[in-house]
Amino acid sequence: MKDKFLTGGWQTLLYKEVLRFWKVAGQTVGAPILTSVLYMLIFGHVMADHVKVYDTVSYTAFLVPGLVMMSVLQNAFANSSSSMVQSKVMGNLVFLLLTPLSHWHWFIAYVGSSVLRGLAVGLGVLVVTSLYGQPGLLHPLWALAFAVLGAALLGSLGLIAGLWADKFDQMAVFQNFVIMPMTFLSGVFYSIHSLPPFWQTISHLNPFFYMIDGFRYGFFGVSDISPWISLAMVAAAWLAVSATALHLLKIGYKIRH
Amino acid sequence: MPAVSFQSVSKHYPSRGTGSAVQALDQVSFDIEQGEFFGLLGPNGAGKTSLISILAGLSRASAGSVKVHGHDVYTDYAQARRLLGVVPQELVFDPFFTVRESLRIQSGYFGIRNNGAWIDELLECLGLTDKAGANMRQLSGGMKRRVLVAQALVHKPPVIVLDEPTAGVDVELRQTLWQFIARLNREGSTVLLTTHYLEEAEALCGRIAMLKQGRMVALASCSDLLKNATSNVLRFKLDRELPPALAAKARVTGRVVQFPAHDALEIEQYLAAVREAGLAVEDVEIRKADLEDVFLEVMACQAERQPLKGQS
Repeated sequence: MKDKFLTGGWQTLLYKEVLRFWKVAGQTVGAPILTSVLYMLIFGHVMADHVKVYDTVSYTAFLVPGLVMMSVLQNAFANSSSSMVQSKVMGNLVFLLLTPLSHWHWFIAYVGSSVLRGLAVGLGVLVVTSLYGQPGLLHPLWALAFAVLGAALLGSLGLIAGLWADKFDQMAVFQNFVIMPMTFLSGVFYSIHSLPPFWQTISHLNPFFYMIDGFRYGFFGVSDISPWISLAMVAAAWLAVSATALHLLKIGYKIRH
Repeated sequence: MPAVSFQSVSKHYPSRGTGSAVQALDQVSFDIEQGEFFGLLGPNGAGKTSLISILAGLSRASAGSVKVHGHDVYTDYAQARRLLGVVPQELVFDPFFTVRESLRIQSGYFGIRNNGAWIDELLECLGLTDKAGANMRQLSGGMKRRVLVAQALVHKPPVIVLDEPTAGVDVELRQTLWQFIARLNREGSTVLLTTHYLEEAEALCGRIAMLKQGRMVALASCSDLLKNATSNVLRFKLDRELPPALAAKARVTGRVVQFPAHDALEIEQYLAAVREAGLAVEDVEIRKADLEDVFLEVMACQAERQPLKGQS
């Protein structure tokens, strides 16, 4: 560890948060990649001949960006939420509470590290799953924009969940009953055009849908709706969630009494 | 300018469910001058940790203000926290990091780089040099306590706050810790100490404040508190239990009985009462009151709820 990485308060917190997940990279990066490979093997093999999404794209190739983005989102959420709730439960959050760091510093560091973990896992999933189906990458900047913005949104949401939860059980509730359903109902494994009209309408209320669809546009140049609309929706959701997270940090919600 | 200033600090916790609201602090006011070694004493639940939590920014006062070197801990929290080094009461640690990593990270939070020389000195002075590369999980409780102290001091704060730092630790750590803290105090650091070990407070602190049920009940120099103590202490051992009427006036620890006694007549009366009860007395001694006696006396006379002010 070099002191040059520790030049300022928020940089140190960002560095510490990255170091925290990197020290257990097998669990925080390796395991999600393996999970995605299993999804690819099972869904890609079973459904490849039964599902047609876009005319020019195989189902296996269609699946790759969805799995990549799902991994980015889930791991970005897991990073900030688990770090916060773990520090609260173990009591070591006090080391941070005693410092002069502002709520902005906390936000940048926690969300920044979540984005980095999300991108690290996403890159790993992309590399491995691409061995099964090459999706192409027609608009890399679109893909990158949605990956970064989506990870920041979920990192901010994870921060809120971590502040709210007093124990790991509560965090599991948030993860299992909010994050997982919204992820799976976002079009990772299908195009929403294959759904009945009612469920298409419901899908449009799910911000995860716009993240997945916009990210997929970066690969294929086609999407269920315009990437600009998706970008606007994701940016609006990120701003709302970030504002909430910043407010909670500023008032010391459940961390200062 | 005082190092720390508490002005009319109150803290109440709202009621939960059917429970009643708790008044943890009630209009507490006092200053700690720069360079002082200041003791904050009180029984469990007196409000010591609440007061320190407000000072450290872990909790917000319901009313009043707290300043560190003139910087309000709420409106100017960044500057106030730079001046404070707080050793928390709970034995907490981050299991992901080594001792040296923990210290470098804590230093970095304060924007301090290239702090290796001071970190090495802290490790040396606190007997942690050979544990610098060890993960925090591998350390014993005493070693973890030393790291807590080092983390509080890593940014060289001029005001050091020690919240029961020697609770449950061995004699060696106490010696090491107090030698080091006394050195920092001689070099100009202000020290605020809370402890249940009153002999430590008596040996180290220049001035002492006592809290009971959220109110300040004494504030004086340690020597004034001892000088103003109203009694000497009659101490002896008994072969059997003291009768309830006498026990109510005494401090009893196992076989050892101690009575506060103002004069020779009172001493004779206590001894006579014990003889009349048919008890055998041994190892009789009369000694000057120590801080523990003063503490008990102050806590006992709290029915009046008037602060006992000293001369300083």
